[in-house]
Amino acid sequence: MADQDKKDPLLEKRSSRRSFLKSSGLTVGGLIVGGAVGTLIGKESNETTTTEDTKKAPTPQGTGNANPNAALMFFTPNQFDITNAAVERIFPADDNGPGAQELLVAYFIDHQLASGWGIGAKEYMAGPFYPGEETQGYQGSLNRQEIFTVGLEAIERHSAEKYEKSFPELSGEEQDAVLNDFQEGNVEMKGVSSNYFFNLLRSTTIEGVYADPLYGGNANMGGWELKKYPGHQMSYFNMIEQEEFEEIEPKSLSSQHNH
Amino acid sequence: MATTLPKTDVVLIGVGWTGGILAAELTKKGYQVVGLERGKGRKTADFIMVHDELRYAMRYDLMQDLSKETITFRNNEKMRALPMRQYGSFLLGTDVGGSGVHWNGQTWRFLPYDFQIRTMTEERYGKNKIPEDMQLQDWGITYDELEPYFDQFEQMAGISGEENPHGGKRSNPYPTGPMKHTPAMSLFKEACENLGYKPFTQPSANLSEAYTNPDGIARAACQYCGFCERFGCEYGAKADPTVTVLPVAESTGKFDLRTHANVVEILHEGNRATGVRFVDTQSGEEFIQPAEVVAVTSYVLNNVRLLLQSGIGKPYDPKTGTGVIGKNYAYQNMCASTTGFFEEREFNIYAGAGSLGMCVDEFNGDNFDHSDLNFLHGANIFLGQLGKRPIQNNAVRPDTPSWGAKFKEESVKYHNRSLSFNAQGASMPFRYHYLDLDPTYKDAFGNPLLRMTYDFKEQDNEMSKFMATKTEEIMKEMGASEVIVQREKGPYNIVPYQSTHNTGGVIMGNDPSTSALNNYMQMWDFENIFVPGASAFPHNSGYNPTGTVGALSYRAAEGIDLYLKNGGSLV
Repeated sequence: MADQDKKDPLLEKRSSRRSFLKSSGLTVGGLIVGGAVGTLIGKESNETTTTEDTKKAPTPQGTGNANPNAALMFFTPNQFDITNAAVERIFPADDNGPGAQELLVAYFIDHQLASGWGIGAKEYMAGPFYPGEETQGYQGSLNRQEIFTVGLEAIERHSAEKYEKSFPELSGEEQDAVLNDFQEGNVEMKGVSSNYFFNLLRSTTIEGVYADPLYGGNANMGGWELKKYPGHQMSYFNMIEQEEFEEIEPKSLSSQHNH
Repeated sequence: MATTLPKTDVVLIGVGWTGGILAAELTKKGYQVVGLERGKGRKTADFIMVHDELRYAMRYDLMQDLSKETITFRNNEKMRALPMRQYGSFLLGTDVGGSGVHWNGQTWRFLPYDFQIRTMTEERYGKNKIPEDMQLQDWGITYDELEPYFDQFEQMAGISGEENPHGGKRSNPYPTGPMKHTPAMSLFKEACENLGYKPFTQPSANLSEAYTNPDGIARAACQYCGFCERFGCEYGAKADPTVTVLPVAESTGKFDLRTHANVVEILHEGNRATGVRFVDTQSGEEFIQPAEVVAVTSYVLNNVRLLLQSGIGKPYDPKTGTGVIGKNYAYQNMCASTTGFFEEREFNIYAGAGSLGMCVDEFNGDNFDHSDLNFLHGANIFLGQLGKRPIQNNAVRPDTPSWGAKFKEESVKYHNRSLSFNAQGASMPFRYHYLDLDPTYKDAFGNPLLRMTYDFKEQDNEMSKFMATKTEEIMKEMGASEVIVQREKGPYNIVPYQSTHNTGGVIMGNDPSTSALNNYMQMWDFENIFVPGASAFPHNSGYNPTGTVGALSYRAAEGIDLYLKNGGSLV
């Protein structure tokens, strides 16, 4: 496999940033198209990171080639930035350890939305649709990809209305105020309540902190370390009766596969 | 055009615990058994990568695909029933082994009181004690009559435990000793003893030691890895049909297990079933499987639906109280959720097993005086150490926000410093709690979904408030620095997970006008249809149902054998 890869002309091209830009369609007739590429270049050289939050953010280049998983399957870069800012407010870095950004939670969310779960593949999505009572559960026609799309737009709109800025540019306190309005259900949204969207964002953030790293979040098992959770272990037979707390170095499922 | 297959002695609709037990017992007796399972096959080796909370616990890898089939729900008849679009309150299993693969293994015998609940309640408290709309019924069998079948299930599965001081008489001790005791369990045990109760180790289908069962099936001991509920066991230590009864059936050469075979109709002429019609879900082809006996062995909800859909038995009508199919749907009153915070102590609660726990039964069944109480029956109070996984468990003290710095600090700090337990309350049947076919919503085959009409009643709320005083007392005695208790119940809400203990709808009894089955799980009006399973429960007890489901399945296996030999109604 490895030998074949080396001969792959497409892969050879990827080694050159310039030819990557050419082959990625980001250039038109030899001209670099301003917006998109400007952002890419800026991120690589770390020139655009000015706010406190984005400084901590692991940019795609920051996590670099060492982590090919840190790239986008569903989000646009803009959607990613909003999500990445929001998850850090939900689960911030503090003295206990890393926050959602360092744990790559926004990548986890992106990858989950690209999966069958993102489109409700195993859920009953047939009509007719009626609002229903709270006790009857979710009755909307939007799937999670659509809810995130609508929700992230609403975050941007609400941030602009409240502070005349984009959400990632707000201070931490301002971001909290925006998210709080969503949690309270006070933001107008199409197809789903802002409270529902917020709860989805919150629960997916927690999943991204603590799910096995194979899904792209919980980077370096940092989420598990917070809770002293050992992850995947074959047996606790010999210590299940033990009085003293036992801190065990966590293991992820990759330690189990084909070993 | 459906292809008609050669006739078999017995056809099973679904291959989980009930189907698996019938398959093993009947093939051992020499009968030909065809098992039709809508899902795929399963084996222990499939679960090498099973310690994955996201895939199994959050994304429900082992559960039924709701896009193809779900139920609709309403709290009462005034509401429009709407589909359960996502999982929440309960989880529906699928594939070979069914819910018997993803269960915890908490294995109980219902109490002698349960089987004669109407008679014994009236004897002790008078007829007026039972509210008019509470349709309590005796089961048509006593505990003593069912005892040998409980024993048979426990021997087969290798249940680990010690005698329940409040339980019915046992002919044999548990085949394996109790599970190990963790420090959290010991704390609970001591507290209960201080309060004058008789705590005991929860009976468990997670083997406490290596065990070889009477069929010669050998299994290894549980490793306390902390992944049982919603997961399959990669060791085969947790008893499930794929590591117990199904290999026995297969070894006889008389069991034909067909996966991807979704039964859509029970065929019948007059009051006799002739076989079933099923769809091969991979090819789309239709088949008819003729059989001498049809055993309806899917999950509770599908058992009811398939009978209604096939026009078998008289549908229950809550307005007149007549008819039986869909009657006495009951659930589980999981109540008095109690969390204790221990500032000074961390517990190794990432480790655990699905049925690793200590419990007390002083307030279950009719083990206590109900004269001055506004509810009947009771609950098993137990502290389980199931393996505390980090996504699902985020205990924080009261008034902590649900996100942000404070949430993170608290949920991290208390992850190993908090213990929780609750009371598993019985669920009584009520006239307007029932199952029927939905008039609007359809499954992937175009057949109507099952409609559930259910709510919590004052009975449940009163029980919850009572149990909360007991659970709070125990947690305080355990030395928690702070205790929070959920006392009251709101309306039944299908969103938060509560319990996959749905019961009733095809109930057993001693009177054909008020029950669908006799005590061999044989339909009163279709003598060659047997419907074992929790759908046969006239009410649900304050325990997990599987032990009783197992006993009823062994009873049904005996009934089918008798029927194939002699024919006719067995009662």
